[in-house]
Amino acid sequence: MTEPEIISVLRPDGTADPSLDPGLPDPELLSLYRHMVLLRAIDEKAVALQRSGRIGFFVPSTGQEACSIGAGHAVRDGDWIFPAYRDHGVGLMRGYPLAALVGQILGNTTDATRGRQMPNHWCDRSIHLVSVSSPVATQLPHAVGAAYAAKLRGERIAVLTTFGDGGTSTGDFHAAMNFTGVFRLPVVFFCENNRYAISLPVEDQTATGTLAEKARAYGLPGVRVDGNDVLAVRKVVADAMARSRAGEGGTLIEALTYRLGPHSTSDDPTVYRSEEEVAAWRGKDPIRRFAAFLKGRGLLEDPAAEEEGAKETVRRAIEAGEGAPPVPLSSMFEDVYAEIPWHLVEQRDSLLSGKG
Amino acid sequence: MAEVTLIKAVNDALATEMARDPSVCVLGEDVGRDGGVFRATEGLLRRFGPERVIDTPLNEGGILGMAIGMALNGLRPVAEIEFSDFIYPAFDQIVSEMAKMRYRSAGQFTAAVVVRAPSGGGIKGGHYHSQSPEAYFIHTAGLVVVMPSTPSDAKGLLASAIRGEDPVIFLEPKALYRTVKGEVPQGEHLVPIGKGRIVRGGADLTLVTWGAMVPVAEKAAAAAAKERVDVEIIDPRTLWPLDIGMIEASVNRTGRAVVLHEAPRTCGFGAEISALIHERCFLHMKAPVARVTGFDTPFPYALEKSYLPDPERTLRAIRASMAF
Repeated sequence: MTEPEIISVLRPDGTADPSLDPGLPDPELLSLYRHMVLLRAIDEKAVALQRSGRIGFFVPSTGQEACSIGAGHAVRDGDWIFPAYRDHGVGLMRGYPLAALVGQILGNTTDATRGRQMPNHWCDRSIHLVSVSSPVATQLPHAVGAAYAAKLRGERIAVLTTFGDGGTSTGDFHAAMNFTGVFRLPVVFFCENNRYAISLPVEDQTATGTLAEKARAYGLPGVRVDGNDVLAVRKVVADAMARSRAGEGGTLIEALTYRLGPHSTSDDPTVYRSEEEVAAWRGKDPIRRFAAFLKGRGLLEDPAAEEEGAKETVRRAIEAGEGAPPVPLSSMFEDVYAEIPWHLVEQRDSLLSGKG
Repeated sequence: MAEVTLIKAVNDALATEMARDPSVCVLGEDVGRDGGVFRATEGLLRRFGPERVIDTPLNEGGILGMAIGMALNGLRPVAEIEFSDFIYPAFDQIVSEMAKMRYRSAGQFTAAVVVRAPSGGGIKGGHYHSQSPEAYFIHTAGLVVVMPSTPSDAKGLLASAIRGEDPVIFLEPKALYRTVKGEVPQGEHLVPIGKGRIVRGGADLTLVTWGAMVPVAEKAAAAAAKERVDVEIIDPRTLWPLDIGMIEASVNRTGRAVVLHEAPRTCGFGAEISALIHERCFLHMKAPVARVTGFDTPFPYALEKSYLPDPERTLRAIRASMAF
């Protein structure tokens, strides 16, 4: 069986393939770059915060910035996003404020979700960025339902859902792909094949040669893209979203990338992968690769200054968020139901009175 | 008012709510062309079309996950699981996703899905068509759990569940689908969520029960009356959040309580009701709360009649409580 080709736009020499170059205006190209740099700065700071005990946990996306930022750029107003926990970049790209993102990590009163979930579990209804769950791929069938509702109302929107290679092994992946095919729904499944689901390499995750080829079993097109090439990711996701908006159904996209850091701040990747492998992928860093392209176009002069600026922006956001008070104890009992029922009133009052 | 079966009342509630609100959709396996394996959705496809009466591929987790997404994006989905025994493949979507969406997003998103599932034994269905899973869902923060025992309650509670803002597990006692008939108001009919029903007033003992055990309780109470024991029967109807006020008032008056349910005993809902009564009514009580329940075994096909509580076992518990 021939494997689907891997779509790349950025060539090794730092130029773009003219036949695939989406021709984005200069400010948009710079915006893609700056969001990637910001995403990495958030990663570095958040991991440091976890190491110093100031936050409990973090899931980094270093190495996968082209995926989140490229996919996020393909989302339009009215579209819905059902992201995985590693894809905060999609939200950032859609205008999810840095202060809100930092607030969620801190889990204090700056957190719009009131400290209810561990870091990396963002949401923002105003941009249709749906609440993230920790179990893998549970959001995929939700994307199907949201797409169904939009189609029923005759809305020309698309739904983007993101997940990792491990997600393709779940029952929810099968259900969502199958339902999307059967109901011909506008869902774009963006799978970031970063080679590992915690410690398990993708070769031990599936017996198929590619993940994209699974699409065929559900009657959907499957596409492979260079996941370290932000222009290529942006192109294939935008094409798939446009196809969905035009009523032509869903797409499975497999983005080939690599998680340079650990799965989370709780694991040690040196026990399951080699230094050589990581070094090889470090050479394919998506930010450096895009910086070379922008330099060639005369759009970027000083990448180091951009990185310093992003670090400073993140540092200030953390500083602004860290001083906020903790969430009030009584809030623990709110939002369980639409109205607080008697048993939670009793438990709350008992706790607040010191008798609980 | 017309006399109808419980299953017809469920069908009536779905049709009435779908006619009233175009965002109400029904989805599940066989709900369209087949009208549901118990015919709960019969006629809906013809009336409301395949876009709102959705025959889904066979995948319970997919049905629940899809329903959650539909609710997030403005619809009011009513998902059918063919038998409550088949709900476990969807358990993660129900307890970790649907039940928690409001809390984890601090009210930004809600997944007000109604999950209908025929529940309980008594139809010679064996292990996979007879289970009573209510305790799993009552234990889950964020879920409302409802079980009607009359046609009128089935229609009114289902309509309230569809209009409500919380996710609801709506368990239908399938043994009663066609064995009970009752008057059901035509057109819009609502029974409030969270309010119990006094099935039968009485002075000597409070018998708390629900679903298919209500008729069993009525038989036991009639037998007890012959022994001059006046039993009050309370059907909470909404199992969670429970109408504890009604139970508390009753037990404070009678001083005795028996809880009757067909689900297994250990960590069954009867255990919670027993604990609540002991916490709240202790000084009024003349006997400890007794439980009449199914056994802590898998559901047995050939011994179904012995597994399910009957009036005789219930009467023995009533007698023991009176003699304490």
